Order: sequence, then structure tokens, then C-alpha cells
Amino acid sequence: MSEQLHDLRLTVNGVAHALRVPARRLLSDALRHDLGLTGTHVGCEHGVCGACTVLLDGLPTRSCLMFAVSAVDVDITTVEGLTEADGTLGAVQQAFLECHGLQCGFCTPGFLTTVTAGLRQHPTPTEDDARDMVAGNLCRCTGYTNIVRSVLRAAELAGGEA
Amino acid sequence: MTTKLFGQKVQRTEDQRFLRGQGRYVDDIAVGVGTLHAAVLRSPHAHARITDIDVGAVLDLDGVHLVWTHDDLTGPMADPLPLLIPHPALTHGRTQFALAKDEVNHVGEAIAFVVADDRYLAEDAVGRIRVTYDLLPAVVGIDAARAADRLVHDDVPGNVGARLEQENGDARAAIAASPHTLSLDLTVERSASMPLEGRGTVARWDPDVGRMTVWTSTQTSTGVRAAVAARLELDLGQVDVVTPDVGGGFGVKINHPWPEELLVPLAARQLGRTVKFTEDRREHFISSAHERGQVHHVEVGYDDDGRVLGLDVEFWHDHGAYTPYGLIVPIITSTQLLGPYKPGAYRVVFESLYTNTVMVTPYRGAGRPQGCYVMERTMDAIAAALGKDRAEVRAANFIQPDEFPFDQGLVFQDGRELEYDSGDYPASLAKLKELVGWDDFPAFREEMARQGRRVGIGLACYVEGTGVGPYEGAHVHVETSGKVKVATGLTTQGQGHATVFAQLVADVLGCRFEDVEVVTGDTRRMPYAVGTFASRAAVMSGSAIHLAATRAREKALRIAAEALEASVDDLEIVDGVVSVRGTEASIDLGTVAVLSNPLRYAFDEASKAATQFSVGDPGKPPVAEDDEPGLEGRDFYSPERSTFASGMHAVIVETDPETAEISILKYAVVHDCGRLINPMIVEGQIHGGVAQGIAGALYERMAYDDSGQLLNASFMDFLMPYVTEIPARIDIDHLETPSPLNPLGIKGAGEAGVIPSAAVFASAVSDAEQPYHPGLAITAMPISPSELFDLRRRHPATPVAQRSRDHEERP
Repeated sequence: MSEQLHDLRLTVNGVAHALRVPARRLLSDALRHDLGLTGTHVGCEHGVCGACTVLLDGLPTRSCLMFAVSAVDVDITTVEGLTEADGTLGAVQQAFLECHGLQCGFCTPGFLTTVTAGLRQHPTPTEDDARDMVAGNLCRCTGYTNIVRSVLRAAELAGGEA
Repeated sequence: MTTKLFGQKVQRTEDQRFLRGQGRYVDDIAVGVGTLHAAVLRSPHAHARITDIDVGAVLDLDGVHLVWTHDDLTGPMADPLPLLIPHPALTHGRTQFALAKDEVNHVGEAIAFVVADDRYLAEDAVGRIRVTYDLLPAVVGIDAARAADRLVHDDVPGNVGARLEQENGDARAAIAASPHTLSLDLTVERSASMPLEGRGTVARWDPDVGRMTVWTSTQTSTGVRAAVAARLELDLGQVDVVTPDVGGGFGVKINHPWPEELLVPLAARQLGRTVKFTEDRREHFISSAHERGQVHHVEVGYDDDGRVLGLDVEFWHDHGAYTPYGLIVPIITSTQLLGPYKPGAYRVVFESLYTNTVMVTPYRGAGRPQGCYVMERTMDAIAAALGKDRAEVRAANFIQPDEFPFDQGLVFQDGRELEYDSGDYPASLAKLKELVGWDDFPAFREEMARQGRRVGIGLACYVEGTGVGPYEGAHVHVETSGKVKVATGLTTQGQGHATVFAQLVADVLGCRFEDVEVVTGDTRRMPYAVGTFASRAAVMSGSAIHLAATRAREKALRIAAEALEASVDDLEIVDGVVSVRGTEASIDLGTVAVLSNPLRYAFDEASKAATQFSVGDPGKPPVAEDDEPGLEGRDFYSPERSTFASGMHAVIVETDPETAEISILKYAVVHDCGRLINPMIVEGQIHGGVAQGIAGALYERMAYDDSGQLLNASFMDFLMPYVTEIPARIDIDHLETPSPLNPLGIKGAGEAGVIPSAAVFASAVSDAEQPYHPGLAITAMPISPSELFDLRRRHPATPVAQRSRDHEERP
């Protein structure tokens, strides 16, 4: 069962990584198990739950539905890349903290990346916009009420910084 | 006690880790250190004899380290898995083997176990194992189980694992003597906990010290530890179980040991390598556990006021292929069904039945949603028959505030009397009616009808036995730095324990909240514990932590009093500093910790500072006979019986006249879990519970075909709600009736949100439909639009309803 291996360079959170993986290696597994960036979580492995969402050139993408070999030549941002350079929480992270937008935290990285991208498109969302923004991610703990509040608060925080 | 942080909406300390992607869930453990990965071959058939397993195509594969079937297991590993909670009524308990021996009884049952360099290779290997089956007819669903023309286990007659009856008074006689009687048949389908993180286990054997370390995503670390030790024939002291961050549990992770929780450590010891198993989503659907599937028959007798004089409930519980967790779920249904009411007489009997489907263990609410649904549908039926207001009929049956403690005359799931500690149900009902606008609803309904819109309102009441024993413990340790390390043995799966427990410690000890670090579910730090389930964490560990912190405080004050040459009564502790009230004299808690340990090494600044204080009588030993070195407190809390939280939900729904789509216009919750440690966290628990309840009422079901195949074993087909299915607002009001059973007056809050959902939606949807389709009653949950559409067709509008419709269509 020896498999052909491929040498890749993945740029994740601004850092270039070299790795050698089989063609079938999922991007989610490459991030987690090859690069040790375990913040990206896998909840269903069929693209429905959204826990594995990362940003590819700023656009939210299910990393469990993509092979690592096809993620070259893009900038990948994972949840680890959302924290500010000085170690403080980014606006979206801070909003989820303030609004109790998480409980077990497993789906949280996918929400954080999704909302980060969403707010770039809709910097001043209405409540309906906020709900649309997170409508593709499953959370089993929070009942979503506080997640929607978090989106609106994140918009406020981001606006305040601008 | 001080109440500085108790009751405050303190932001969660654990969130920093989660928000930065630094959570540590089981699959995040031992990444990149040559860890091997396991995969499991699972049965594709619901019922079959295994006549041959050929692993020949796998053994020599590159990267494959180990392939096991049942024949490779020896000693206790070859025995059936334990039946964790035996009960005298469980006369035919059966459990699975770690790997199937000769027979499989549900799709997904583990047959072979492979360990390879990575999960991809392990799955390749699993795909090459050839199994020959002799297919047997499958028993699927309660009707098939009761018919018993086919058996799940050859040696279990009638497919009946257990039959249990309880009675308080002579219910059948009371019903016969009642002025009015009713019969109802009520069904609830299967659902499942479905945490976003599935199960997972990592194990490492250290031959140098003869120790096994297991990381597992469980609700009971100590239980897994005992199981691993017993089955691997190790001493308990050789096994450590660590539960890191857990990505949701909701009950399914209380069952243990799962086959993989034994096979992974066994493989780690045999191979001398770290081994990991991470369940995928389809595996979670077909090899973990489900709940909820029950069919109920009710006979009730009542008077002109709607007061229940006699209640006789018979129900059938589908426990799936095995019974590792005993009868907890149906026992809870049978006892908690009574809710806040006191029927004149009550008899309940259930049969727990085998089917060729995934086994059942508790799922959030654990049998209570079914019980609440049965009781509340009965209350609605009585109200309808008498033409009375549904809230009024409920009020006529309430236990009154001056009747606590109230003994229901039954035995609860813990083997103790079902005795409610405290509550005020009339006050809850008053709050709920106000919150949802109960009395204004008829006018709203009329207004909506004028617009051609159909609306209905429903309410449901429940009581929840929380804080079930037998015990939890805690250890509080003040470091010489002044930091406070707290350990409790129960686990955490997202409830914010690190925060609420730190609030309790900071209040009692007078230390800074930021200095408290809480560890849960690590048997190295607290080896005596039960687990996190039944809304027991705050009550049990919260109380134990309060007691342990009190002990640490007493010791701190005793030592500080001696150091400061003051009386204990004159001391206070604020922000980690012990001071004599009204003077400048003070000493840091960290320094007190140094003084508590008469070790004569000045190894840091704190110990140097301590040398200015002289403590202890030079004529006595440095550590007195009745003392210990160290500023620590350890204690256990073990209650006589459960606390009883309660609550009531109401919902206003709209049903589409054409499509039968059901939408939620308003959702209201009144909740009483005693005193609230952190209202933000309690409300978060309610939000989550309500969402899970909506899921169970309107969407989630396990769709099995007659051959026992689960047709919707993916998130594409099993309809968990997204934000789009959840109302934008949930209105919550709290009532606080403190529990007299624990020092904090608290009750649990973890499951409440989910309990009344099936009942409240059945009530509201029926209410919306009945003006148009008289006789239409919701008796099976969940209810989908297509099912409602079908019910409408079976209950066509009568002329009276037609008139009402004509009226509705007038401008």
C-alpha cells in the first residue's frame, strides 16, 4: 500500500510550511496532524457542520472537503491566525468571549473564521444578516442566540477599531 | 459566606483557550509524536451470525501494526463488557463484547480492530477484512419487539429485558371510581445526543514505571479508569485517565467503557506506542448510543375541576441491542412523569425491549422529555374534555408551596425516595403566563385569523431530579505563589465549570478569581468521582468545592492568626491577603501556604518572606498529630437525595394553512434551579437546551428501515437545527427556591431546557389546528410538516370548522 507522496508548501497564517503527504490527505488532517494546528476541528468530515472552516485567500472553506495538495498557492488562515500579533484577541474572538458565544468550544473555530470573513463582506450587519452569516455552521451547545449576539458585537468592536 | 462573585455574570475563563485554537480535545493529544491510529471494522448487518473472519489480506500490509478479532482477546478482555448499573428488574441484561463474538446485533457493532501508521491506512486495512455472515431476521422498532415473532437474543424470551412496576395508591380503582376517564396512546421516536466532537481515546503505556495513561472524551474519567484497570488486569494505581476538553457530551459519553476505550490501551501496551482512536460521524451514528424511543398508553380518571384522581401508565422502552447502562432511562420516565403534580393514585409499569438497533443510554433530559410529554398531553386532553383552560387544569393538580418536602411515594433512579426538596409551581405558572401573554392570546389568535394565519399556544411543566448522588469530591490547594489549584473529579463538556467553580472558591477563600485554576476529570488530581450527568456538576462538585475551600480557609486563618498574633475572629481575607481588621497587620495567602509547610529551605521569595513569622510551639513537633503540611482543603459532598429543579415553557407557533410548515413566534421559559451561581451560564444552558428540544420536537429522528439500516446516519440527513430553525429570542424568567439539601441552595440546570419541548410543541400545534380540524391531536413526536399535512387529511374540516374558516376568510 505504498502511496505516492507529494511535496507541498502550505502558507498558513503567514508562515510557509513544507510537507510531504499522499494525494488523498485532507487539508483538515494536514493542518491538524502534519502541522500541529489543532485549532481547526473536524465534526463530520462531510462538509455539513462547518467546524473545520478555514479561510482560503480570505474566503471561508470547509477544510475537510479539500485535499491538502489543492491548497497550495493560497493564503490559509486558521483560528490560530485570528489572534492579533500582540497576543490580544481579535474583534470576533473578543465578541464571542463577551457574549458567551461558545460552550464546549468545539465548533467555535469554524464560527470564528466564518464570521471573520462575513464581517468583511457585511461590516455593519443587521440581525438578519448576522443570522445568515452563521447559517451554515452547526452548534450543539449554545442554541445560537449568543452566537448571533456575538456577530453583532464583533461588528461593533471592529467598527470601533477602524 | 460572602457573595461577591456568586450570582454574578462572570465571563468564562476557559474561553481564552478555545478562542485562540488552543483547546485540547482528545484528537489534539499526542499529535506528531509517532502516534499510531486505530480503525474499527463494523457490522453492515443488523442481525447476523459471523461464520468466518479472514484477516489474511491485512496482516502483511505496510504500515499496519495490529489486527484483532474476538479470537485474539484473552482473559477479561474476551468477556462481555460490563453491565454498569444492574437492577433487580433487569432480568435479562445483555452487553456486547469488545469485538463481536459469533453474532452481531446491530449495524455498526465492532467486529475487528486495526492499528496502523495513520487513520487512512487503518481504514484501508479494515476494507480488506473479509467476514462471512449468516443473516438473521432483524427486530426493528417497538411493535416488532413486542410481537416477538423474531428474537434479538435467542435466550431472551419475548425480547423483554426488564419489566418494572411501581404504584402509589390503587390507581385502577381510583380511575374506575372517577367521574371522568380518558385513554391516550403517545409515541416518541429515537434521537441522539450528537455532540460535535464524537468519541475518542488516546493511550500511552510507560513500561519504565508500569503506568497506563488514557485520554478519553468521557463524562466519567474514574469509571473509565476502573474499567481499563479491570479488563487489562492492571492495579487501579497503575492507570491514569485524563479527560481533556470535551466537545460536547449530552449523555452519550457517560456510557463506558466503549470497546475502543479498552482496545486502544491494550494495543498501546502491546505495541509500546501511543495509540489513538477518533470516531468519525457515521461511526457515531451507528456505534455510539441513541435515546427517546418509547410508546406509552395512559388511563386517567379525573374530577370536574380536572384534578387527576388516578393515573395508570404503561409504556414500552426500546433499549436497542444491549443494556450496558441498565434501566436508568425508563425508570426516570416512570418517576419524573409526575412533574409538579400530585395525582390521587399512580401506577406505572414499563417493559424494556431488545431491538436490532444501536443501544440506548441517557441523552440530555434522560427519559424526562418522554415523561413530561405523556403527562402534559394528558393534562391537555383533560382540559379539552372539560372545556377548561389548560393552565387552570394544571394549577388544580400542583403540589403547593407549603407541601415541601413532598414525597411522591415512588423509588427514584438512585434507589432513594422520590421526594421533592423545594419549589413554588403556582408562582412559576404566574410568571410564565405573564411572560408569554397567555391571557392575551385569544385576542391575538383572532387578529391572526383575520389575516388568514393559524396560530396556537402551548405550555408544559416539568420537574427535574438534579444533583443525583452518591458523591463528588474536591481538593483545593493554595500554592506558595498565592495561586489556588482546585481539582474535582467530574468532567466538563462545555458547561463553564472552570469559571463557576472558581467563583465559589474565590468567594469562600477570599483569593483573587484570576488566581484560581480548576482541573476536572483528571484521576491523577482527584481519583474519587462519579461523573458529569443528570445536571449534577454544580450541585455535587460545587458543594464539594465549597466545603473543601472552607477547610482551606479555616486552615489559612488558623496559621495566619498565629503568625499575626491575632484572633481568628479578627481576620479577614480579601484579594489573597489575610489581615487583621482595622490594623495594618497582614500576610499574603501564599506566605501562609509557606508557613503551613515547615520545610526549612528558602527556595523562593515567598519562603524568604515567611521567615519573618515565627509559627509553632518549639516544644511540639513541627507538624501536629492532627495536622498535615500544606495549605490544602479536601472534602466530599454526599447528599441524602436529589435536588428537584423545575420549570415551565410556553410557545406560540404558526402553522401554514397550505404547507403545514410549523414556525415559532414566541418561546418563553420560567426556570427554577435554586440559587444561580452564574446567570449568564445558566441562561446559556437554557438556550442550548431549548434548541435541542426544538430539534427533538420538530426535526430529529433516527430513520431505520425494516432491515435495521439507519438511513440518515449523516449530518446531511439527520436534521440538527442550524440558527435558521431557532427563534431569534427566547424569553427567560427565573424563580429561585433554594434547595435545603446543599450548602449553596443550588439545583442543577443542565438539562432543563430540553425536557418540555415535545410536550409544549404538541400542545401548541394541536391548539393551532383544532379550530380547523376538530379531533386532530398530536400524539407522536417529532412532528414534521408532512406528518401534520397527513393528520389534516385524516381529520377533515367539519362544517363547524368550515364556518370558522369562512369567518377567517372574511375581510
